Amino acid sequence: MEDMIFYDRLQFAFTITFHYLFPQLTMGLSLIIVYFKWQYLRTQTETYNDAARFFMKIFAINFTMGVVTGIPMEFQFGTNWAKFSELTGGIIGQTLAMEGTFSFFLESSFLALFIFGEKLMGQKLHLLTGFLVFLGSWASGYFILATNAWMQHPVGYEILANGKFVLTHFSALFSNPWLLPAFLHNQMASVVTSSFVVASIGAFYLLSESNVAYGKLFLRTGILFGLVSSLLVAFPTGDWNAKNVAKHQPAAFAAMEGIFETEEGGAEIVLIGQPNMVEKKLDNKIAVPNVLSFLTYQEWDKQVIGMNEFDPNELPDNIPALYYSYHMMVGLGTIFIAVMVLAAFLLWRKKLYSTAPLLWVILFLFPFPYIANITGWYVAELGRQPYLVHGLLRTIEGISPTVSSGNTLFTLLGFVGLYLLLGLLFLLLVGKTIYTGPHPQKH
Amino acid sequence: MELFWFIIIAIVLTTFFILDGYDFGTGIIHLFFAKEEKDKEVIAKAAGLFWDSNEVWLVAGGGLMFMAFPTYYASVFSGFYLPLILVLWLIIFRAIGLELRGQFDYPMWKSIWDKSFGVASLLMALFFGIGLGNIVRGVNLGGVENGVSMYEAHYFFLPLWNDGFSPSGVHPGVIDWFTVIIGLIAVVTLAIHGANWIRLKTNASINEQLKKVTFRLSMTLIALTIFSLLVWHVINPSPFGNFADHPIYIVFPLIYLTGITGLFFAPTDWLRFCSSSLVIIGGITSSLASIFPVILPSTNDLNDALTIYNTTTSEYGLSVAVGWVILGILLVAVYTVVQKKLLGGKIDDMDYGH
Repeated sequence: MEDMIFYDRLQFAFTITFHYLFPQLTMGLSLIIVYFKWQYLRTQTETYNDAARFFMKIFAINFTMGVVTGIPMEFQFGTNWAKFSELTGGIIGQTLAMEGTFSFFLESSFLALFIFGEKLMGQKLHLLTGFLVFLGSWASGYFILATNAWMQHPVGYEILANGKFVLTHFSALFSNPWLLPAFLHNQMASVVTSSFVVASIGAFYLLSESNVAYGKLFLRTGILFGLVSSLLVAFPTGDWNAKNVAKHQPAAFAAMEGIFETEEGGAEIVLIGQPNMVEKKLDNKIAVPNVLSFLTYQEWDKQVIGMNEFDPNELPDNIPALYYSYHMMVGLGTIFIAVMVLAAFLLWRKKLYSTAPLLWVILFLFPFPYIANITGWYVAELGRQPYLVHGLLRTIEGISPTVSSGNTLFTLLGFVGLYLLLGLLFLLLVGKTIYTGPHPQKH
Repeated sequence: MELFWFIIIAIVLTTFFILDGYDFGTGIIHLFFAKEEKDKEVIAKAAGLFWDSNEVWLVAGGGLMFMAFPTYYASVFSGFYLPLILVLWLIIFRAIGLELRGQFDYPMWKSIWDKSFGVASLLMALFFGIGLGNIVRGVNLGGVENGVSMYEAHYFFLPLWNDGFSPSGVHPGVIDWFTVIIGLIAVVTLAIHGANWIRLKTNASINEQLKKVTFRLSMTLIALTIFSLLVWHVINPSPFGNFADHPIYIVFPLIYLTGITGLFFAPTDWLRFCSSSLVIIGGITSSLASIFPVILPSTNDLNDALTIYNTTTSEYGLSVAVGWVILGILLVAVYTVVQKKLLGGKIDDMDYGH
């Protein structure tokens, strides 16, 4: 049972981590593509239309990768987590099936039109199809997070004598207090990722002195979107999420923040430190007194319950991973804000395009929003442990009873090999697209 | 209510097999018959423009099954673990084959991804057929050994194959000689369907040749169908009992027959495509009707078969979803019509501005 659950969790973590690299870019990028297309219609400047077409190519490669790595996610609920599927399918099946029916259809039907239909339908309709692709990709995120929100904070259910969860209030799935903050935080984070990618390509063109006009446009646009979104990720959406975790999952909150002991007279905020699981304390810590209490409850001396006061069976099973994920996410988010504010300032003073050091920083910063978003996802998922459905269904109770660990290990290795190949091909294709550049369309 | 959802999911999955079925078929035709580069390119395009919006039907069907029949979803997906994971890998190889072949203009590059697309399409058609064969044959639910049920009554696990490829024992594997026959029927049917799609959507130079190919494939299909009916009694002691009890079910085999007839006599490309669609609809619905309301028969005496009634969720969940699924299907119909209309006509005549 122990190694069964280990491989099942590892496989899910691996496949969803790899999958999430793609939708986080497509969700944000679809918004930026719509912006380019709209600017083109407004100003009739061809450069904007070329930019839209160029990022559409990158979008399409990402979308394909997202689809082929996303289908296994739905299947794995049944293959590796059969008990979980059986017990909760009547509820989270609703939101998952809605994702397929409402958003995935919208996105993929209109993506084909957006890519191949520009000449067939004229510019205004083309903008509309682009907008529908954007709508579809954001709706997808909404339904997936509605599914996750129910697992984090179950609502509108009843448990039958045979252990099955059944739905009692459909509307509760969408008025779940967990959903809106998680969705907004996630969407803003995806805009951060795509802004950094757009700005990074712009910086590359400026530094390599190729496609300079496009480079300036990409940099400007990336910084515009990046500044707004990196601020919104932290406040209000990030703050709102942290308060939600403190309220609904206090054990996870203590682990995220690295609070072992409950302190009288308010909790400190930990900037640096390493969780010591043997002595149940934080080593080498640098902390600011009382700030955590204030950030969480707007009261300087309010108590935050420490991990040592919880039943060990209710604590997340990998506290260091959760703690480091959270601190990496927050730390990287702070760096993003600093870089974007500085870049925006230089852009305003008309010095950005000639400030090579900052352009180099922007060029190489693009992987870090991916890391921040993935660690953010880990915070949510590790924080929910040891439960699949928080407080109600333990992870160990959700796995497939008939699938042996050998089978799971075999398929895990298969996915690792296959995704390695996919990753290499993806880098090759995107690299080629960037290298070729947004050349004006031949007429 | 269970019946409504059974019908909805059957419609969604059948639509998947009609739409993505022609992608599988174009892959099979591509693998065996496309020799010249311009044919290969145009055939790949006939599938490549549409595969992702076709694949959505699988995702939607899976999601709806998860929601409406969670016990069935859990049982079947963990029971057919290995073949399903193989299908996932094939989906990936097929899709990247289609998307990547045009990215670089080297013959070796194209040839690798053409093979990837073709072989994965062929194997997927085979596996889906084998899957249908397994569902009508039934499995050892609960994993009974020496008269003792090893797991809860509806859980099982099938190896890929078992001793002797025999479908009639208590411990069949996923692949046995009966399910392979059904798999071959699926391959042949979808190859015909794909050929019809190519003739409908392209002016490829092999279209004349495909006329002969589909004729031969159609004859093969008839032979395989008759053979499968002859051996049907090996796995089911009262092979046509359900049709005798409910004469109305005979409408499904009649759809199949109409489709087969159409394969030979349909006068236009469009009607030919409809005929092969009817073969798919008739084949799937007849198979399901032969076991209905069972959706997975049990091959042991200890555990009950899975039916649409013992695998479902609450009445409230099912009825609340009726509201949104009707809205969803209307929207999907609109998208599909808009998309197929705007991208209608012959593929190679069009200028996509790409």
